[in-house]
Parts: sequence; C-alpha cells; structure tokens
Amino acid sequence: MSEQETRNQSRLVRGAHRTLTGLHPAVESLLAAIVGLLIGAALMYLWGYNPWKAYWALFRGAYGGSYEWASTLARATPLILTALTFSICVRAGMFNIGAEGQMFMGAIAAVCVALFKMPAGIHLIVGLVFALIVGAAWSIVPALLKITRGVSEVISTIMFNWIAVFLARYISRTALVDPSHAERTLRIPVTARFPIVVRGTDFSYAFFLSVFVAIVLYFVLWHTTLGYEVRAAGLNPTAARYGGIRNKRTMMVSFLLGGVTAGLAGATIIMGMPPSYAAFGPAGFPELVNVGFDGMAVAMVGRNHPIGIIAAAVFFGGLTAGGRVMQLYGSNPVPLEMVHVVMGAIVIALSIPELTRLFPIMVGEGKRVVNALRRPKSAPKKGGSA
Amino acid sequence: MSWGDVLSLLGLALKAMVPITLTAIGEIVNETAGLFNIGLEGILLLSAYAGALGANAAGPIVGLLVGLGVGAAVGLLFAVINAYWKGTQMVTGIGINLFAAGFVAFGVISGSAGALTVLPTARVAKWSTKMGALSPLILVALLMPFLVHWFIKRTRAGLILKATGEMPEAADVAGINVNRVRLFAAVFGGALAGLGGAYMSIDWIGSVTKELSAGRGFIALATVVFSGLNPLLALLGGFIFGFFQGLAEWVKTLPSKPIPFEFVTMLPYIVTLLVVSGVIGRVRFPKALGEPYKRE
Repeated sequence: MSEQETRNQSRLVRGAHRTLTGLHPAVESLLAAIVGLLIGAALMYLWGYNPWKAYWALFRGAYGGSYEWASTLARATPLILTALTFSICVRAGMFNIGAEGQMFMGAIAAVCVALFKMPAGIHLIVGLVFALIVGAAWSIVPALLKITRGVSEVISTIMFNWIAVFLARYISRTALVDPSHAERTLRIPVTARFPIVVRGTDFSYAFFLSVFVAIVLYFVLWHTTLGYEVRAAGLNPTAARYGGIRNKRTMMVSFLLGGVTAGLAGATIIMGMPPSYAAFGPAGFPELVNVGFDGMAVAMVGRNHPIGIIAAAVFFGGLTAGGRVMQLYGSNPVPLEMVHVVMGAIVIALSIPELTRLFPIMVGEGKRVVNALRRPKSAPKKGGSA
Repeated sequence: MSWGDVLSLLGLALKAMVPITLTAIGEIVNETAGLFNIGLEGILLLSAYAGALGANAAGPIVGLLVGLGVGAAVGLLFAVINAYWKGTQMVTGIGINLFAAGFVAFGVISGSAGALTVLPTARVAKWSTKMGALSPLILVALLMPFLVHWFIKRTRAGLILKATGEMPEAADVAGINVNRVRLFAAVFGGALAGLGGAYMSIDWIGSVTKELSAGRGFIALATVVFSGLNPLLALLGGFIFGFFQGLAEWVKTLPSKPIPFEFVTMLPYIVTLLVVSGVIGRVRFPKALGEPYKRE
C-alpha cells in the first residue's frame, strides 16, 4: 500500500516537474497564449486603444456569466470540428488547410434540407449526413492528388478553398436563394434545427455533437488499429510502410475523416446558430468565413489532441464571443479582427520549440519548486500540489 | 475578339503576373536554401497595407520601400524562428498568414472603414501603352528571374545557397554558416514578396481590403512547384497564372456575361491545380527542404 502511495506521489512529482519546467505541452500552449495576448495588447496600445479596458470587456463578454458562457460555447462548437480536421491530418503527417472549403460545402449541403419536408429529428439527421458526405467528398480530390500525383496538400487544399467559396456563393444566390430575401439562402426549417439548450442564447445541442465527435475521434486515434496506423504513418512513414501499414490508405482515411468533421462544422453553424439559420452568400458568408482557418489555430493550441482541442476551442470561442462585446464597448471599441491578430501571434509563438527555453528564469523557479516538493518524501500524502 | 482586345488582355496578364512572379522568385531563393515559407500570403497582405500607408504619407517610392522593408522584417522573423530556434516552418507560416489577415483587417477597419484607398498622387507613375497603363515594376518582375537565375547558377554565393539546402552538413564542414545563409535567403525572399505586396496596393489596385491578396501567395507557391526551383520557369508560370487572372478580369467586363462571374473567378485556382498536378512527377526539391539544421 505504501509503495503504491510513493509511486503515485512520484508520478505526481514527475507531472509537476514536467509542468513547471516547461516540457509539458499544455504549458507551452499557455505561454504562447500569453505571448499572443501581449502582442495584441501592444498593437492596441499603438493604435490608440486602451488594451486593459479592451481585454476586460473581452473577458467579461466571454466568461462573465451564464449568457456569456453560452455564447462562448456556441462559438466553440464549429471550432472543435474544424480543429479536428486539421489535427487528424497532422497526426497522419499532413497539413490539411482545406477545412475552410470543406466547411463551406458542408454548410451549403445543410441548407439543402430546406428544399423538402420531413419529420422533426430525422430531418436534422438527414441534413447532418448530407453535410458530412459533401464535406468528405470535397476532401477526396486533394487526397487523390496527393496519393497519385504527389501534389502538396497545402497547395491543393488552398485552391479547393477558393473554389469552394465561389461555388458556394454561386449556389447560394441561384439554386438555394430565398425568393423573398435575395441576400440569403432559404432558412433551415424548424424540424431540422438543433434545439436550443439555454433559452434566449445561441447555445444549441450542436455543442454536444462536437464534443461527442471529438471523443469518438480520440478513441479512434488512440484505441483502434486504424488510429494506430494513422499515427504511425504520421510519425515515420518509412517505418510504418515496413511495418505493413498502407500509407496511402491512412492518408485517404485521415483526409476523409477530416472532411467529415469539417462538413459537420458547416452544418452546426447553419443548423445550430440562431437567429438566421441561413447562409448569407452575396455578403461573403460572414457567419462562416474564417472558422476553418481559426480551427487550425485551435488545433495547434490544443496540441492536435481531441481533448486538448475542446479546451482550446473554449478559449478561442471565448475570444470570439468576447471580441463581439469588445467591439461595441462604448469608449473603447476595438475591432473584432483584433482576435485574429492574437490568434496569429499565438500560432507564431507556438512554432518556437520549447518556448519555455526563452524564459530561463521560469525554468529555474520551476526546478526549485519541484525540488522542494521532492524532499519531504516520508511526509504524509499531500498530493494535491500538482 | 479584336487585336485591341488581345493587347489589353496581355496588359492585364502582365499586371497580374508581377506579384506572383516576385513572390515566387523570393520563395525559390528560400527553398533553395532549405526554408519552406508558406507565410507568403501574409507577407503580401502586410506589405500591401504598410506600403499603402507609407505611400500615402510620403509618395510611391517610400511606399515601395516600406513594403520591401516589412517583407524583409517578416522574413527575418521567419528565419530567426526556423533557422536559429529550429521551429516548425509550416506552423510559423500558418501563424504569419493568420496574423496578417487579422492585422490588416484590424488596421483597415480601425483606420478607414473597411478599405484603405491609396491617394492618386501616391501611386506609381505609369507608361501608357497600347496594352493599358504599365508600371515600371513589370520590368522589375521580368528582369528579376534572370538575375536570380544567374546568381544561383553562376556565382559562388549561389552555390553556397544551394549547398545549404541540399546538404547543410557538408556546407557546415566546408566552413559555411548555414543558419546565416538561411537568414539572408529568408530576408531576401521576404523582401521580394514585400515588393510584390506593395505593388498590389500602390501600383495595381490602388486600395487595400482584407481580401487583397486573394490566395496569390499560394498561387506563387504553386508556381514554385511548377518551376522546380528554376527562376526562368517561374517567370513562365507566373505569366500563365497571371494570364488566367487577367482573363477572369477581362471576362467580367464583357457586357454579354457568357458565364457567371463566380466561375470566371475560380478559373486561376482551377488552372493552378491542373498545372501543378500535371507537372509534379518530374520535380525534385532540395533534400533538406523544411528541415532545421542541427549540428551533431
């Protein structure tokens, strides 16, 4: 029993050591987030805004109460899904930048449910299935180009994003246009909308769908043969091939899974976001645009791990939800775009390996704390320190 | 289609070619040295914005120089992170793109309600020809590939550049400072992309919006793939992509509207895909491309 206890404690100490001396990925993400927020503050200051007031408005707008939390989780919903798109492919060793385009196509596919009638519930599911099939279909061509012709997925998916944007615009102003409102598509019928969780907010059950998909993908990636093959091919394609893994198959599978989640992301926006429940094509899809690209930032901050992604998406969803409050904040209206500046700065900071090395004082302090923890080995269990 | 139409189409193609070619040449220098910078799109956007601000304040020459400087500065940041700190090049590039998209939109919205217009006096003086008003920067874009080709193929410094991309270990043993060579390459590449960006705002389009770059940085990447790191082929590739962008512009102005404009706007991207997937098999890239160099 006591041996068990010491082992537990040493594991805790080891965890604390990793966390405090900066080898832990979560700490790197946190540091990068701080660096990004500081850069954002510096830019706001240079442009004549008060960064302290702006961040305070942002924070209160994101996490200040139940309404704000609902708004944050609603914004996090599609981000989780597009982040999964990016991270599955990173796990398989590829940079799939196509979430944006696949999401646009998924959203357009979801709007198609407005063309026919069905009982409630089934209608919603049919829309989701449409969206995920179309999202996956949009990812097939870049995957095939990569597998058969060796075309870099970075280039092909970006080109597909642009094609998707213009195709979606065309469809939304022709086949799916609302006859009485030329600026938007048909609205999703009530039978195919996600029910709202908290009345008066835009927090719908779509959030739970996203979390469910993230958890399913966690199990697929870490607890199935398929997931093992995908990760092995990503870590070392040559070794994986000698180990009998068909790399082309894993590439295709990860692209398709990515397309499925991106397509669902588009559907959750269109079918789960009150009050419009429609796509605004001629205005350039303000409700959809950039969710795919923001998802990449979410994936990197979440360390390409489904569970980390949920946490990162709540952070970025909070930035977006709070940013909407920030831009209306009386004397100090900072444009919403500031949020993207912060995201970009966070990603740049994240690309620096072992960011913590740049903060040697922190590492030194961390080591000191860990040593202090380690010394009283015989002391009664006080494991809560980590 | 009359003779005048052909000339004006050619003029549009030449104008659209400039940013793509300049950016592609910059990326060729980067990739020859072993750095893969996908942040070009962001550099184009940032330098277009900074260049427009500079030009409005102090004239077109200053504007172009500011664009050049901003591009070089982003290149420097990229090199410091990826040559000296051994970062992940792809992630830095994505970060630069996200940052630029947010920053330019932020600047444009907080400064000037959605679009920053370059003053007529701040725009580059042009020669009027039968192909429309052409800017001197078209000449720069036409000459730069030859210059860089000569530099890489015929000079000792060019050989050093290639060595750092092909086999940094050997270059290191031969007494070359690999990281410093990569730093220079990234700064030069960033500066060229910056010039291309400043050209877009000051010279060609005359205003800055958040969609200004419209994927041109990635089309330039595709041009690099098409060229197989040969600057002269990059000039050809840049012209092909420029031609299809010009064609899209030209079809949009036709009174009869034979195809919906969305499909015309898609054209350059579809052509990029087709060209890249057609040529890819025979292209060989530097061995150490995208890998940080660590001494053992």
